[in-house]
Amino acid sequence: MAESARRDVAVDGHADIALSVREVVAGYTAELDILRGITVEVKKGEIVTVLGPNGAGKSTLIKTVAGLVPVRSGEIKLFGDSLVGVSAHRMVGRGLAYVPQTQNVFAKLSILENLELGAGFRHDRAGMKEDLAKMYELFPRLYERRKQAAGTLSGGERQMVAVARALMARPTMLMLDEPSAGLSPKLVGMVFSKIREVRELGVTMLIVEQNAKAALVISDRGYVLARGEDRVSDAADALLKNPEVGALYLGSKQGLL
Amino acid sequence: MILPQLIADGIVAGSTLALGAIGLTMTYDIMRFANFAHGEFLTFAAYFALMFVSAFGGVQTFGPLTFGWTFIVGLIIAVVLTAILALVLDWLIYRPLRRTNIVITLVIASFGAELMLRNIAVFFWGSQSRFYSTAISIHREILPGVRMSADDIFLVLLTAVLMILLQLFLTRTQLGKEMRAVSDNADLARVTGISVRRIIRWVWIIGGGLAAVSGVLVGLTVQISPENGFSLILPLFAAAIVGGIGSIYGAVAGGLIIGLVESLSVPIMGAQYKLAAAFIVMLVVLLVRPRGIFGAKS
Repeated sequence: MAESARRDVAVDGHADIALSVREVVAGYTAELDILRGITVEVKKGEIVTVLGPNGAGKSTLIKTVAGLVPVRSGEIKLFGDSLVGVSAHRMVGRGLAYVPQTQNVFAKLSILENLELGAGFRHDRAGMKEDLAKMYELFPRLYERRKQAAGTLSGGERQMVAVARALMARPTMLMLDEPSAGLSPKLVGMVFSKIREVRELGVTMLIVEQNAKAALVISDRGYVLARGEDRVSDAADALLKNPEVGALYLGSKQGLL
Repeated sequence: MILPQLIADGIVAGSTLALGAIGLTMTYDIMRFANFAHGEFLTFAAYFALMFVSAFGGVQTFGPLTFGWTFIVGLIIAVVLTAILALVLDWLIYRPLRRTNIVITLVIASFGAELMLRNIAVFFWGSQSRFYSTAISIHREILPGVRMSADDIFLVLLTAVLMILLQLFLTRTQLGKEMRAVSDNADLARVTGISVRRIIRWVWIIGGGLAAVSGVLVGLTVQISPENGFSLILPLFAAAIVGGIGSIYGAVAGGLIIGLVESLSVPIMGAQYKLAAAFIVMLVVLLVRPRGIFGAKS
């Protein structure tokens, strides 16, 4: 694998780290810390899934990286540049795109307008057209309905619009907050197979998921959070077999597989 | 038959209400508060244009209109100055208060701003009614039973052109799409890379600018008085609410409806009760459609 070979010869040991979250403490209000010293790392080209029970701080982790939750201490770096204190609307310009869990499309705007806004800060019209074609190739359904208001779409189609909108910014790092939330089992499979296709475009991803099994199957590594801290971190297939993870999700002493 | 004339008068009054209500509904939509000082943008704009017209006023007029180039330039200056006034008001009062996140503070502050601005207008320009021109505006029969002045026709056409331009702006330009995106979902707009602060500035510029046109046109077809904004603020709110507060199309439709209702109620109830008629219609519309005609489900 060319990718891993390049990793081995990297002079600087951190050159292949896309996102590094180190000892981060953060919370919405000054009184309450939701993240209590969390450390998560995503290497270039990886898909990393963050798991954990409700209230573990999974969504807060993503929102903190996206600049929506103030960081009290610790550091967040994207390819070596600190993201702490950067306003949320400047993150896209830094190469970081984020798909929220709910209300992640502009419902009254057309699909085309949603995608155009994703590339809003860019000024290369030719590149935008090219990317638009790429998105329609990845999600053919969206092309058929490009003039339709995004709010009229089904849950699965909306998720596609949200992901395509984020990709239009040509991010180096994409964060997805529960991409399978509210979808039928059949659609969950479809969304995750699309996510795998997105990786082929060279996008590194951090995914937060309730559906541990579906997410781990397409991931390289995973983290399990509990009460605002990272508890377990391992390769995805190891986590799938880990009885601790199985206990957390299925209440059994067996792994997820 | 007096009906066609009443409808024509209603459209003239409704056009200025529509222009004024757009800014009100946009402010509510993007910043989530009812700006009672909005009427003062109409008042100040009328005086900004008057200052220019009286300084450079000539006798030259366009055909049957009562005004000439100086008025047109005065109108443009009024738009620019009123947009600046709106930005200054936001910077001085609303922006610091927005940080508190308590909407009622903003609403009460806007009452205060309204009183302050109205008194500033009286202080500088006096409480006497003024006019842009002493020329008499002649009402001619343009359709059977409908008499309109050239100024009235200019007003309706200018409003129509501005509506079309606004529609093109919102649907065809990047800034317009960003504005609709913030209106639709401000949090998502932020993570999509849109600066909400920048959009708020444009809401003041566009809403203030359209209010300015409305105020100058009221000054042209009715009179210029420091009470103009205050006496129009309630019909403007009625227009925005009937149409569905937050909706620009709603503000336009609501403006025309309120203008027509006010005009049509005059022979039935008398001119002194026309505002009451407007509010009765507003209440009836809200009973049937609680979010107004174009109001979105929240």
